[in-house]
Amino acid sequence: MNAVPMELVCPAGTPAALDAAIEAGADAVYFGFRDRTNARNFPGLNFSPKELAEGIETCKRRGARPMIAINTYPDAGDDSLWRRNVDICAEAGAGAVILCDMGLAGYATKKHPDLRLHLSVQASASNAPSVRFYRDAFNIRRVVLPRVMTVEEIAALTAAVPDVETEVFVFGGLCVMAEGRCSMSGYATGISPNKDGACSPASHVRYEEQGEIMTSRLGSFTLNRFGAGEAAGYPTPCKGRYRVHGREMHLFEDPCSLDATPLLPAFAKAGVTALKVEGRQRGKAYVAQVVKNLKAAIAGQVTDPSASRAFMEAGGATTGVYSGTWH
Amino acid sequence: MTQTAPRLQLGPMLYHWSADRRRDFYRTIAEQGPYDSVVLGETVCAKRETAPVVEAMAEAEVALKAAGRTVIRPTIGLAVTEPEVEALEGVARTAKAGALVEANDVGALALLSGQPHHIGPMVNVYNEGTLTALVERGATCVTLPWELPMDNIVALAGVARRLGVDCGVTVFGRAPLAISARCYHARANGLTKDTCRLICDQDPEGLEVETLDGDPFMVVNGLQTQAFTVTLIVSEIPKLIEAGVTVLRVSPLDMDMVAVGQVYADLLAGSVDAIAAEDRLLDLLEDRMVSNGFLHGGPGADWIAAE
Repeated sequence: MNAVPMELVCPAGTPAALDAAIEAGADAVYFGFRDRTNARNFPGLNFSPKELAEGIETCKRRGARPMIAINTYPDAGDDSLWRRNVDICAEAGAGAVILCDMGLAGYATKKHPDLRLHLSVQASASNAPSVRFYRDAFNIRRVVLPRVMTVEEIAALTAAVPDVETEVFVFGGLCVMAEGRCSMSGYATGISPNKDGACSPASHVRYEEQGEIMTSRLGSFTLNRFGAGEAAGYPTPCKGRYRVHGREMHLFEDPCSLDATPLLPAFAKAGVTALKVEGRQRGKAYVAQVVKNLKAAIAGQVTDPSASRAFMEAGGATTGVYSGTWH
Repeated sequence: MTQTAPRLQLGPMLYHWSADRRRDFYRTIAEQGPYDSVVLGETVCAKRETAPVVEAMAEAEVALKAAGRTVIRPTIGLAVTEPEVEALEGVARTAKAGALVEANDVGALALLSGQPHHIGPMVNVYNEGTLTALVERGATCVTLPWELPMDNIVALAGVARRLGVDCGVTVFGRAPLAISARCYHARANGLTKDTCRLICDQDPEGLEVETLDGDPFMVVNGLQTQAFTVTLIVSEIPKLIEAGVTVLRVSPLDMDMVAVGQVYADLLAGSVDAIAAEDRLLDLLEDRMVSNGFLHGGPGADWIAAE
């Protein structure tokens, strides 16, 4: 293991989850506003401006680094909400703002030159020239890498742009598409993940029961059908079951979640600075368990994966693209 | 700035057609197509650039230029693997030698900044700040993402006009909805990206994906997933032009793309009205379903009939 352990960046969708993350040993906590500037813009989640400033204060008092995700693409015609939120972060002393939009990054670098900027996975910067561009144009200090790269590709990118830190997802849900470049949900609902911050918004999701069969729909499209005893996953378009060549299949992804814990030594060797846990939409029990386990794993202790994996989708765990078997 | 007459552009071939078919297609476009410019190159998957395809596309470039068309070279949309990053940088480097390059992965901008270049619809340009940042770095034409609604386009086209650069909107074709490092076209055929045998060449307009109820939903096209419906923008064109849109892009399908372009050319020339133009395009599209929902701010799959 490295002399400097990798930083564990943990999700908080509520003030309670934020407390749980810190309690469990999070080095950094990421959270966001309760509005369209947040790529996890779901009802009942996230922080009001006042709660957010308090969350930043709590993190600093208890030794965790507060990172604020303002990671949707601002509206043409009126980006004032996005700018206001950047201003609030700068004023409250956020450890970093995680953003994806060039226009907003340009605003932040000009208005708040001391505010540390991380490039959100929503920018899907997946190659060295892209990271160089964001560094040179907007002084991006860290890039959160898309979940589409192998460990070898991550190592090569980290080495190619050594003055930009890399952060990779190690646990939680999996986007199998390039993030920030997916309009599948908007095609079915009219709500844009990029602009509105919600993929498969609950307002457009329906479950219909007929006898023992459960059908899930998004907008006017059937995304899946589950038999008795089958766990009905949340209907996002990339996790649906479809008919291709007359055959029914999970075209994009089998139901499973990411657990890259076995790859922690490989990430350390690749020069990765930080490890990210997905799941701002998850409860504090998830945050507490997953963070505790990963913290122990980073410290080199042998951990029991079953406790964390209890929170996963029915199909279990995968190390995803990282190990190269998905290409 | 005075209002310039909008120009027609043929977008990149998104599907994996054979070398011979590409050669025939672009020869016809060069000889008869009403397009002022053609975006010519691979944007979906670098693996498709086999030697025969590269040769056919080079011939196409010669033919198109000889016919007086402006040729724009696009980069691929998602560069992750080493060969993909090399392909991206290879295209971007040709800008130094005078080629007009369209960036579709932000990585290309590391090489293009400071030189005149185009921005393709796979780069996330959602607001004035981003548009301005790109123009400051040399962008002379920005084709906006497919999912933008009219009010956003109006705001952005107005800024483009003030900055003196071209603004493009795609008015015809299947909207790309997602791109991935994995290949679902291969997966649907029991293969993977690495072992794909370029099986995407079997579906000249992509492989249809139905819901479990049998409703058409999407098509997979190599690494890309597209809308099943064909985006068709006609009656909205006067408003786009008034706002400052100067380039109307037509994305190729497996049909008579000369005839499709001619309808738009006639509409721009005023020799046919929007209702008649739409009817002609619907005839040409045969049984394909159409949509314009993104432009109207609703589900992209929806079709909102002109009033």
